[in-house]
Parts: sequence; C-alpha cells; structure tokens
Amino acid sequence: MTAIYFLTLACLVVAGYFIAAKRAQSLRAGPGGALHSLPTYHGLLAAVALIVPMILVFAIGTPLVKQLATSSVFNFFPPEIANDPLQRGVVLRDVSNLLDGRHQGDPSAALRDAAASYAGIFTTGRLAVLGIGTALGLLALFLVLSRISSTFRARNYFERFVIAVLILCALVAILTTIGIVFSVVWETYRFFFDPSLKGRPSVSEFLFGTEWNPQAALRADQGDIKTAFGFIPLLTGTLLITFIAILVAGPLGLFSAIYLSEYATPRFRAWAKPVLEILAGVPTVVLGFFAALTVAPYIRGWGESFGLDVASESALAAGLVMGMMIIPFISSLSDDVINAVPQSLRDGAYALGATKSETIKKVILPAALPGIVSAFMLAISRAIGETMIVVMAAGLAANLTFNPLEAVTTITVQIKTILVGDQEFDSAKTLAAFALGFVLFFVTLVLNIIAQQIVRRYREQYD
Amino acid sequence: MDMTTQGIPTAKPYVPPQLASATKVVARNVNVHYGDKHAIQNVSVDIPDQAVMAFIGPSGCGKSTFLRCINRMNDTIPICRVTGKIEIDSKDIYDPSLDVVQLRARVGMVFQKPNPFPKSIFENVAYGPRIHGLARNKTDLDEIVTTSLEKAGLFKEVKDRLADSGTSLSGGQQQRLCIARAIAVSPDIILMDEPCSALDPIATARIEELIDELRSNFCIIIVTHSMQQAARVSQRTAFFHLGVLVEEGETEAIFTNPREERTRDYITGRFG
Amino acid sequence: MTDLTAGTATPPIRRRVDITSPEAQAAIRRRYRAEARFKAYGLLAILTAAVFLTVLLVDVGTKAFPAFTTHSLQLDVAIPNDLVAPEQKNDPVAIRTADYLPVMRDTLRTAIPGVQGRGPERTLIRLISTGAADDIRERIVANPALIGTTIKAPLLLSDDADLYFKGAGTPIVVRPSRGVATPSDTSGSITITAPGNDFSENLVSVKLVMAERANALLADAERTSRSTAPNAAERAAELRKEATELAARANDRTAAETLDSRLPSLLVGINGGLVKISQLAADRIEGDVLLPLSSTNESQAGNWRILTYTTPESSRKITDLEVALLERFKANAQVERSFNWRFFTSGDSREPELAGIRGAIVGTALTLIVTLILCLPIGVAAAIYLEEFAPKNRFTDLIEVNINNLAAVPSIVFGLLGLAMFLNFFGLPRSAPLVGGLVLALLVLPTIIIASRAALKAVPPSIKEAALGVGASHQQAVFHHVLPLAMPGIMTGTIIGMAHALGETAPLLMIGMVAFIVDVPGGITDAATVLPVQIYLWSDLPELAFQAKTAGAIVVLLVFLFVMNGTAIWLRKRFERRW
Repeated sequence: MTAIYFLTLACLVVAGYFIAAKRAQSLRAGPGGALHSLPTYHGLLAAVALIVPMILVFAIGTPLVKQLATSSVFNFFPPEIANDPLQRGVVLRDVSNLLDGRHQGDPSAALRDAAASYAGIFTTGRLAVLGIGTALGLLALFLVLSRISSTFRARNYFERFVIAVLILCALVAILTTIGIVFSVVWETYRFFFDPSLKGRPSVSEFLFGTEWNPQAALRADQGDIKTAFGFIPLLTGTLLITFIAILVAGPLGLFSAIYLSEYATPRFRAWAKPVLEILAGVPTVVLGFFAALTVAPYIRGWGESFGLDVASESALAAGLVMGMMIIPFISSLSDDVINAVPQSLRDGAYALGATKSETIKKVILPAALPGIVSAFMLAISRAIGETMIVVMAAGLAANLTFNPLEAVTTITVQIKTILVGDQEFDSAKTLAAFALGFVLFFVTLVLNIIAQQIVRRYREQYD
Repeated sequence: MDMTTQGIPTAKPYVPPQLASATKVVARNVNVHYGDKHAIQNVSVDIPDQAVMAFIGPSGCGKSTFLRCINRMNDTIPICRVTGKIEIDSKDIYDPSLDVVQLRARVGMVFQKPNPFPKSIFENVAYGPRIHGLARNKTDLDEIVTTSLEKAGLFKEVKDRLADSGTSLSGGQQQRLCIARAIAVSPDIILMDEPCSALDPIATARIEELIDELRSNFCIIIVTHSMQQAARVSQRTAFFHLGVLVEEGETEAIFTNPREERTRDYITGRFG
Repeated sequence: MTDLTAGTATPPIRRRVDITSPEAQAAIRRRYRAEARFKAYGLLAILTAAVFLTVLLVDVGTKAFPAFTTHSLQLDVAIPNDLVAPEQKNDPVAIRTADYLPVMRDTLRTAIPGVQGRGPERTLIRLISTGAADDIRERIVANPALIGTTIKAPLLLSDDADLYFKGAGTPIVVRPSRGVATPSDTSGSITITAPGNDFSENLVSVKLVMAERANALLADAERTSRSTAPNAAERAAELRKEATELAARANDRTAAETLDSRLPSLLVGINGGLVKISQLAADRIEGDVLLPLSSTNESQAGNWRILTYTTPESSRKITDLEVALLERFKANAQVERSFNWRFFTSGDSREPELAGIRGAIVGTALTLIVTLILCLPIGVAAAIYLEEFAPKNRFTDLIEVNINNLAAVPSIVFGLLGLAMFLNFFGLPRSAPLVGGLVLALLVLPTIIIASRAALKAVPPSIKEAALGVGASHQQAVFHHVLPLAMPGIMTGTIIGMAHALGETAPLLMIGMVAFIVDVPGGITDAATVLPVQIYLWSDLPELAFQAKTAGAIVVLLVFLFVMNGTAIWLRKRFERRW
C-alpha cells in the first residue's frame, strides 16, 4: 500500500510538473509575451502543491488507520484483556500472525472476528488515505493550474516553500537537543520520583552515596548484595581518569601548539600537523584496544618490576591513552587562540629585546590565556564523555580511590554496562543509566557553554 | 572651510533640471540608514535616459550606496533601511508589489572589481537570459551571447574560446565580460560602481570608450572617484559629500563653474 | 614610613642596559639556554605524540599480521560412495544434511596412520576447524559427481593449530644422538635404553631449571613473609619447604627425574615414531608413545634424535601430541599457508578461524548510507539557511549556540537519545542500521553544518552580487552560484564527518548493535553490527586468535579512515580556490 501511495504520488508529481510547465510555456508564445516566472517554476510549484498535502495525509493517516484497526480488535475481547498491556500485546501478535498465515493451532472465534475486523478496517483505511491524499493533491494542483498566468509569481511561491524546508532542516538541531533533554530528563525524573519503581534512591542518596552497585539482587541466594546507587565512586573514578588524561595532554598539547605556531618551520609543520590530525582521527575503540592490550600490561609489568601491585585495568593506563587522544584536541584549539594573538603584541615584545620564549611566556600566553582555559575546559568535557577507552581499559568495580594504579570505573562505563544487553525499562537499574546520562549531559553542557562564552569574548577582543 | 554646515540635510525643495533627453530615473528625498548611521540624506535627483550620469565624491560619501538603491542591491544588507521615493519610468521601485528580481533584470550592474562567475565565458553571458527565459532555444541564446559580447567589444577577442573560464581573462577583459553579462538581459539602465578602479590605464580607456558607445542605447549611471573619468565619459555629474548630494548638473558646468564652494574645493583637489 | 626608606642610600640608577659586563653576558647566556630549553620542550611534546602514534600503529599492525593468513591441511579426501543413499545422489538436501564427520576422521586417519585410542583421535580431529567439513560439503553440493572419488582439498586448521604455525607454539630443539638406543615396545608406555648416556645433558638442563625454580620459590617466600596478609607466615614457610626439596633434587646430579608439564617437554624420535619422556635418567627413559614406532629394533647413533619443546606444555595452548601431529603434517608437506580470504568474505563466528568482517563491513556501509542520506541534505540545507537567509535575531542565535553545543555533547548521550526515542518511543527495530544511521546522522550533523557554513562563507560575496546584479533572485544566486562553489568544501566537511561516524562505537552499543550476528545484513532494518563494534566485541573474547582478528579488523577500519581522510585532503587541495 505504501508503495502504491508513493507511486501514485510520483506519477502525479511528474504529470503535474509537465502540465504546469507546458501551460506556462504556451502563455509565453501567446499574447502578453513575457512571463513573470520561468515555466520550470510553474512546474515545480505544481509539484510542491501535490507533494505537501499528499505527504501530510500519509503521515497523519497511516498511524491513525493503524490505531483505529488496533482498537477495533479489542471490541471482540473482554475489557480486562484490553486493559492489560501484556495481554494486549499477545492478542495483537496473534492477530498479526493469523493475518500472515503464521498462526499455530486453531484460532478462537473472537480472534478470527478480530482479525477480520482488523484487516477490514486496515484495508479500507489505507484506501481512504490514498483517496483523500490523491484528492487533496489534485485539488491543490488544480488551484495552481488555475492561477497560472503570465503575471503569476510562481517563483516567489516556490521560493517561499524552499525557505520553509531550509528552516525545518535548521530546526533539526534544536529538535535533537530537545530530544536529548526529553529522553534523559524524563527517565531521570522517574528514577528519582516514580513511586512504582522498586529500589529507587533519593536524590541525596544518589549524589552523596559512596557505594555503587546497580546489579540488583533479584535472586534470593544473592541476598546480602545490596543495591546501591551512590554516585560518588563513579565521580571520583571519572575525575581521576580525566585528571590523568589532562595531566598528560595539557602540557604536551600546549607545548605542541606553541612549537607549531611559534617555532616550527613550514616544512616541519607540514608533517607534524598531519601526525596530530591522524592521532585525532584514530577511533576511540582502537585506542581502547591499545590501552587494554598493550599499555595496561606494560604498566602492570613496569609496576611489578618496582614491586608495585598494579591492577590490570588500572586508571593509569586508561588515563594515559585518553591523554594521548586529547593532545591533538588541545593542540589545535590552542594553536587557534595563539594564532589569534595579534602580531603587534609579539613585535612589541621583540622590540624590547625579549627572546622568543620570554615573549611567549610573558606576552602571548597571558594574552591567549582565556582561549587556552576554554580549550582545557572543552578537553575536560571531552575526557569526561569519552566512552570506549574506559569501557575497554578501565574496570567495572566502583572503587572509591584516588590511587591511579587501582581499577576505577566511570560514568560512561556504567551507562554502557547497564544498557548493553537485555534491559527492562521499569527497573531502577536501567533508569540509573539515564540519570548518569543526565549528569554527563549537564556537566559537559555547562563546560561547553562556559568555554564558548570565554572564546567568544576572547575573539571579540582581538577582532 | 566651514565644517559645521555639512551633514545637515538640505531643506530646500528640489527643482528638477531641464534634461536634454527623457528622464529615466527620478529620486526624491532618499534617505539610507545603516543601523544607526545616516548614510544618505535627502537625496533628490533626476537621471536622463541615453546619457551617462557620473556620481563623484570622496570615499565614503555615499555615492555607491545611492547607486545600489537604484537596483535595490541594498536589500541584501539586513541592517540597511531605505526611505524616500525612487521611480524608474514613473514606477516606484520600492513599491511592495514590485518584484525586486524583475527590477534588477531591468537595471543591470557592473561592480568595482570584475566578478565573472567561475564558469565559461559563454555561461557567464548566458546566465541572465537563461534565468529570465529570454531565449526560446539554443540558437536564440547563442545569438544573444554573441551580440552582447559584440556590444561589449569583447567578441573578437574571445570568439574562439567561449568555453574557457571567464576568470582566465585579463582584468579589463573580465570587466567587459561583466558588462556583456549585464547587457545580455537588455536592461534599460546600467549601474557601474567604479568599474575601472581595478584596471590599468589602457584597459580603463577601453572601458571608457565602451561606455560612450553604450550611451546611445542605455541610461548609464557610473560611480567614480576619478574626476577626469567623470569629465571624459559623462554628460551629467552629481557631487556627493558626506551623504549629501551637494551639486548636480551638466558635467561641463560642474567642472568649469561649480555653484557650491565644496564642489569647487573637491574638483580643485583641496580635499578628497 | 617614607622617612625610613628615604634615609637609606639609594643605589645608583642604571640608565642603560648593561650588555658588556661578565654578569650581563652570563645573564644573556642563561636567557638563551632557557630559550633553547623551552623550544626543546615543544619539540619533545610533538615527538611524544608522534612516537605514541607510531607505537600504536606498529603494535596494531604486528598484532594484525596473523589475521591475514591462514593455514590448512592439503589432504586427499576420499568421499565415500555411501555418503548419501544411492538414489539421493543428486538431491542437494540429502547431500547438505549428510554426516561429514566420518569423512574428516577417515581422511585424517589415513594421513597419519597409527593414531589410536579415543583421546588421540579426538585430538587429531580437533586440529581441523569445524568449518573444514562445511567447505567439503559446499564442494560436493556444487558438484555431486565428486561422491565416490578422492579429491585434494584444503582442510582449514582450527585456531590453535593455525596459531601454532604462526609462531604461538614452541621452539623445537633437535639434538642428534651419539650412541645406540633400543625401545621396549612400539606403542603405549615404553622404555628406551641408551647405554651411551645420551640423555645426561637433558638431565643436567632439567636440574638447572629446577634449581632456578627453587630460587624463584625462595624469593616468593621472602616476599610473602613481608606481606601483611593473614597467614602469610605459614604460606612463606610452605614455599620455603618446597624450595628446599626442589633444591635437594636439583643438587643430586645423577638421580632420575620425573618431568612435569611445567618443564620443557622432552621427546625421542626413534624408528619413525615419537615418544614423550616422563621419566628421565642419563641412560634410559620411560615415556608414552605419541606417534607409533615401526619396530623395536635397536637404532644406531645418528638415526634417532632427542627433541625439546622449549615452552613448557602448561604455558601453551597446544599439547605435545598436537605439536607432534602438526609437525608430522608439516614434515609431510601437507600444511599450506594462504591469504585469509575468509576474513573478508564471511560473517562473525564463535570460531576464530571462521570469523570474518563481511557482516560488519556491510553493516557499516548500510549504516553510513543512512547517515549520509539524512545528514548531508539536512546539514547543507541548515547551513544554507543560517548562512544565507536567516535573519539575525535571538532565534537564529539560539540555533547557532545549539549547534555548537551539540557538536560537543558526548557521543554516548546520542546513544541514550537513540535508545529512548527511536527504540522505545518510535518502536524502531533494535540493532538495525536504520537506527544506527539515524543516531550517527544526528551526531555528525553539527560537524557538517559547521563545515558547510564555513564553505559557504568562503565564497566571495562578489559572486552573489554578480548574480543578483543580472536579476537572479537570492535563492537563484545561492543555488546556481554560491552552493556549487562551496561544494568542494562541503564535501570535505562531509567526508570528515562520515569518517567520524565510521569510527564511532559508543552510541551504537546503546541501540543494541552489539548482538552476536552471524548473517550478513540484507537491509537497513536487519540486525547488524558495524566495524568498530565488531572490534569491541572481538577484543572482549578470550581466544588468543581473536586478538589477531581484532587487530586485523582495526587495520581494515584504519585503512578505510585513511582513504576517506585522504580523499578529503585531496579534495581540499584540488579545489582550493584563492579568490
């Protein structure tokens, strides 16, 4: 049916386009001479006139028909079935199986009637959608055709439609944000305040609890494992790894940027820049593999040679590799802000007899400081939100520790662990992942907004 | 010179001059604001058909801004606001029912820097006729392109390489290509915004000759910072200063016997 | 206050910069040293990044190398006439469902005669992959006439056997004999006597290893005794005792030794067979026959050998018997190494030697197609609107800020969006490229919008003015002139965005693209996985062979990424326009 609908639409559009274009063309040959708009625009307008109502009818009609057909099914069953979501699902599956001829066993009379009713309404409904859609489309087409004249501003109308489409596309960005906020906020709200949810923590338990154990003890024989949703160990774990990463990437990235923008010859830059770009382009899953299989064992072996006990999933390994990931990020952002420092400031310092490094340390870096700070903030936000490296190289156990040689877990690791695999949407455990997602989104958002404000103000200063 | 009197809009009513040919453009009390800046103040002027009118004045005096009012190019600048009345052939071009695109088809424009499309020479000239549906078929289009290039004095130089990129031409040729592109849609008026400022003297001379040839068919309005150029090519001249139309009249009269002191100061090189 | 300072003698004010005095010279030298140091730090930082990248690529590359080759046994496979009932000889279903295990077993038995007993036979059959029978099956289904004939076919080795030939086995040291030796039997547990004390050197090296092990135990005991763990002292005492016993045995140079799996394996190759030594003395050994001997005849000096499998059996995945069998196949020139096409042509599998990335590559392609179809038009349209048509007001400001922030939202949050919205709210299928593509499209949309806006902005306004000047409408000017000129820049940005999407893993985990999927997906609503997720899945598996597969998949992913980024750079260079 869908195919028929769109086939009809396509045929009508092609026909409408040519009819309208032809009619406009003939006007040009006749008296009056010049057209306001090219025949093409008349054709395009006709096509738009067809497409818009037909797509709208389809988009509204199809789910509506399905809804009607579904609700008709339950007229044949007692209300208690219709009111129980589980039974509803069973009935609907049976109906669809029966219609597909895949039903096993002998269907009950009620089921057979329901299926017949469903099929009837469904078919009629889809036909009605096709009819209404085509009728509205044709109506719009005739409206356009009747207005075609040498003064008809087809181009202007068509361009108005184009602008509307462009605006819709720009709105997708807003819709995405709304979608994100809606998904995380709603589930987070349920996590804290839904009374039907078993084992939900209070907000303060979540924010200040020092134990994290979402793997709910559902079976009796696991009796003494207590479910706990204390966020603190995840926070410290995330911050520890982030701290290590920034400790690595901060100086390396900043010095790289300084060298590239102030010292490097064009030839050196020509190969150093791609190296950093390649490093930035390495997928995090690859870095995670490297961290888990090469760096972590190496650190472990190195620790053992000093007699240190290093966890095989140490925070250090994940942090180091994450730091490497962030180097190009800090370097390119800092490079930008350092380059934005006006040459006149440098010239001023050189003219006073300062060496290059003195100029950099005393003039350029202080001038670029806001930009560098914002680069660091963006890098921190990046590190906090990074998932694959920590999933593969950091642990699962929520240890409350600041020892980089121990295993810690992070917010992203827990989100991934909870949500991968089977999940039922009504357990506190699943919703906890969304609460963590909310924290993550919120923290990175705040960091980004502040960083962008700083950068914007900084840019204005030197533009 | 007394600077305090400048910048105050002239309040006296405009007396239209007697023109040698029909009046093409009539502007009355045109004001242009860029945000808070009052860029054009109460400009009123009549522009003759089949003649060249030159706008002269120091940089930033508003002559280009006023020129861009005539084909409503200022519409593309969001903060720009135009008030007053401009009529072409007694039709208000700021009438909301008027389609600006059709206006610009009738008022061609040549810009300060040659700006051919990075397409073939043929495509450059053919673009206008194409979007306005002026050619019924390929032969028609070929003919329009050829005539336009001929009128712009470029055909002989490029007839064997119409498929070459317009940007491969020399600066002067590029500017003549832009003129060909403008006349391909057979406009009534051609606006030229300092068309020779990016060209060498030989190319400039060539363009000036061309302007003189085109005069018989078009109403040409040229903005120039060169007084010599204005004197060479134009029949009438308007002198702008700080957003005000200071003086306007026959070119010869302006250059030999200006009425206003500011005009005299400018053409004698006291400022500018 | 001022009085106090005014009273003290003020030093003479230096009005000129002193550049000649030795102190000043020293100061200048110091400043230049600081300069050089500072510059060196910068260079060091970049070199660190470069070294890290090199180590990463080399490490992954070396790990990936084994994934691209595979070993198989070139054997004569006799397809018995009774594989299927005579009347079913042309029935593909019957041929497909026939039991190929006996065929495999017989083939291997013929190849290495004399392997007896259930255990050794099972070991033999386990050397080849379960996929080997499938290959034979496919050949016979394709050509039923092969039934009743003998065909030469490559039998794919199992992952451990394959890894053995890739160097994950053990070095083998072969020492020729100096004296005669006589085995007591041809199979079972036998004794071999070598009156010439041929085994004395092996005994010495075993004693040495034992002495080393005793020392290690002692050190261990030391460490344990220092530990604070409860009953550390007892544990240390135990360790010490064990160490003393070992040392005593090691010191008795002549006593016979029992070999265990923690010692290098010693074997005797004699009379065409192979005996694994369990009891070692200087002039005689006891051991089990791995490969049967042809006779109990006395073997002359030089005709028999002592073999050492240097890696102890307990530290390798493959037993002595398996090593012996594989070495026999190798000696018969039946092992063939070939390029691992299967890695590119098959889907995922629990068996490492059968697992391939085709499913993941097709899944990736489908996902990226959905992404591209969605985000390119939407991204470009949004960019055109914001750059060319949007009025400057609070609303467009909001959209701008929004896009910048979206570009920095962690990718896993997009996964949450996909899970909550697309899967739970709209009820789209789990694990499907459709949903993956949707999520990735939203993820890369900001990148494409930002890149497209930059490309549009880079087109000089004079072009647009020229078009407007001849009477083009604003939209005509944009779509006829500005957009085509911005297209290379937009394409570059799009390719970079798609490369980003190609490497993205976390959001796809959220929408269930982590399922174990054997089949190659056929459409955008089929369950599928993508290359990065496949890498993640394989990296989690315990089999050693999967480590190479993971690295192999990474190499493929990186090649794709380099090609894409290379294209982007080429586009940028090729179409870069100076206005």
